[in-house]
Amino acid sequence: MSAVPFVQSIADRAPERLATLPGAGQAWLDTARREQLAAFVRDGLPGAHGHNEAWKYTALRALARKQYVQGDADAAQREVDEACLALPGVVGPRLVFANGVFRADLSRLEPLPAGVELESLAQTLAVHAEPLRFFLARDWPAQADAFVRLNAALAADGVVLRVAAGCQVVQPIHIVHVGVAAESTLAWHARQIIELGEGAALSLIEHHVASGEHAHLGTLVSDVVLRANARLDWLLLQDAAPEAVLVRRNTLRLDAGAWADVHAMELGGALVRHELDAELRGDGARLETRGVFLPRRRQHLDTHLDIRHAALHTTSHALWRGVADERGRGVFHGQIIVAPGADGTDASLRNKNLLLSPHAEIDTQPVLEIYADEVEATHGATVGQLDENALFYLASRGIPSDLARRLLTVAFCREALAGLTNQVLREHLDGLIEANLPTAGENA
Amino acid sequence: MLKIENLHARVEGKEILKGLSLEVKPGEVHAIMGPNGAGKSTLGNVLSGRPGYEVTAGRVSFEGHDLLALAPEERAAAGVFLAFQYPVEIPGVNNTYFLRAALNAQRKARGENELDSMQFLKLVREKLKIMDLSPELLNRAVNEGFSGGEKKRNEIFQMALLEPKLAILDETDSGLDIDALKQVSEGVNALRSPDRSFLVITHYQRLLDYIEPDFVHVLANGCIVESGDKTLALKLEERGYAWINEREAAAGAGAA
Repeated sequence: MSAVPFVQSIADRAPERLATLPGAGQAWLDTARREQLAAFVRDGLPGAHGHNEAWKYTALRALARKQYVQGDADAAQREVDEACLALPGVVGPRLVFANGVFRADLSRLEPLPAGVELESLAQTLAVHAEPLRFFLARDWPAQADAFVRLNAALAADGVVLRVAAGCQVVQPIHIVHVGVAAESTLAWHARQIIELGEGAALSLIEHHVASGEHAHLGTLVSDVVLRANARLDWLLLQDAAPEAVLVRRNTLRLDAGAWADVHAMELGGALVRHELDAELRGDGARLETRGVFLPRRRQHLDTHLDIRHAALHTTSHALWRGVADERGRGVFHGQIIVAPGADGTDASLRNKNLLLSPHAEIDTQPVLEIYADEVEATHGATVGQLDENALFYLASRGIPSDLARRLLTVAFCREALAGLTNQVLREHLDGLIEANLPTAGENA
Repeated sequence: MLKIENLHARVEGKEILKGLSLEVKPGEVHAIMGPNGAGKSTLGNVLSGRPGYEVTAGRVSFEGHDLLALAPEERAAAGVFLAFQYPVEIPGVNNTYFLRAALNAQRKARGENELDSMQFLKLVREKLKIMDLSPELLNRAVNEGFSGGEKKRNEIFQMALLEPKLAILDETDSGLDIDALKQVSEGVNALRSPDRSFLVITHYQRLLDYIEPDFVHVLANGCIVESGDKTLALKLEERGYAWINEREAAAGAGAA
């Protein structure tokens, strides 16, 4: 059935790989991994047997022809360019994963604030995996979940982070996933399980970077649970290697009165999919998401936002910007579902996009489904060009048109950074936006 | 300085300017008055090079050069400034950053040294004295959240900073209360000099009580139909534009 090289190569080598994974030998974990692997091999990649709506705009035909070495046996020894790990304005604890494997030598865990438990997944699986059973033994029923299945079967490492009730973590915890050049093209799979206790507050940074040129495939699956009145500030900064493939599923669960503030930047990678699946399941929960994706060259950057209001008086606001240049392709799917009984929901979703080249493309798809009463919900998506009035205003003051275009494009993206309070970090992100847009003169 | 000869211009296929001629010498202040739809704003937009305004005949020379051959940013660098009737809000672009980018782009185009941020801030502080504008506005996005009066004062502040040779004020008085009108006029008057000329486009005579023109022209139906000194503005105030329209109609009938 699966003559697909990508799937076949995994099916062939997985049994021996499974035996070497951390935690192997624990019956429930072995079973879960085998089942997820079997489901992945059986159903293959999304779209393999005809149309898959969730992957409509992201073709995986080229990926299906590729084969990867699963896991990096030398990850612990690989030389990593440490300069790429740092983020200006970020000085707290740092966890570094090289090709999916925890690197204590590059990490900075001491001192951890009181009330914070932080371990690598490999460590946890070796000694006390049982508490993670709910997350690790979950069944993923849909073909659209192919990469999550693959991750569930093969994830070798990751983050287990718990913040105790009431604990306020001021300095952000910086989790870096660095893809490191290797003699072969690798696939790595990492898992993050994060829980904020009642009234806890955490600032978290998920950061993807590259050390050397490579075309690795990475999958990252995160479960983030916010107990009542917890507060999360989450920055997702994706600046992977230009040829890398990266698929992420971030699942957020918000209990009553919990509040999450998410900022996402999608800059790197050749083929990137980011799924943010949020459920506001407690009354009064609130989610703010802002993000920007900047595909250029032949990059394909896909953001899939799935927000479900399932309790009373919940709020979600989403503001996303896309700018595509050259042959870049952006995909944005923003879905808000207001479930029966989620009365008093306040939801909005805005996605504005700019095309800077005739060969660039952005597909945007807002979806709004309401099954409750007294709901305030708005959504809108546009793909367009820069405002001619603003361009003329700048030109009339002497600013040449290529510089004027650049100023307006940067300003357009900058709205995705609103609400970030760390000024030093914000200026750095601003600089990254500028660095990922055409320089004045390139696109006159 | 500025010489407009037989200018014809179209907007969206409709002819708005129909043979306008005007000469402005250094240091002169010319007021352009006229009823709505006469082509006043079109004149300002054509001179500053706004896209969509198509010149079909005539010529405009500015200091001996063909102004119409220049791109809008080149006209700015050559010394033409348009104070917008509706200044544009530009979210995400810091006002100070914008002003420095504009000034340095103009200086660079003229072969002058660009100003570093210290030199620029010194200049800003100096010019802020001319136009009473809160320094806090400089740290905001361009015109974003500015009141109507603040937007217009910001236009004049930009003019003070960019030091144009020819300033075109496009209905700068519109939407201003009497205090804001006085402030804006004082700013303009402070910038009057023997080598800077002004084209003051307005619907109302009121502005000319504060900015005293050397010449007043009446623009109707795409042409200048009457020119005179400042007393012409008073006459218009007294009789209204209907007087011009009637006279034009009569002249047309006479010619036929």
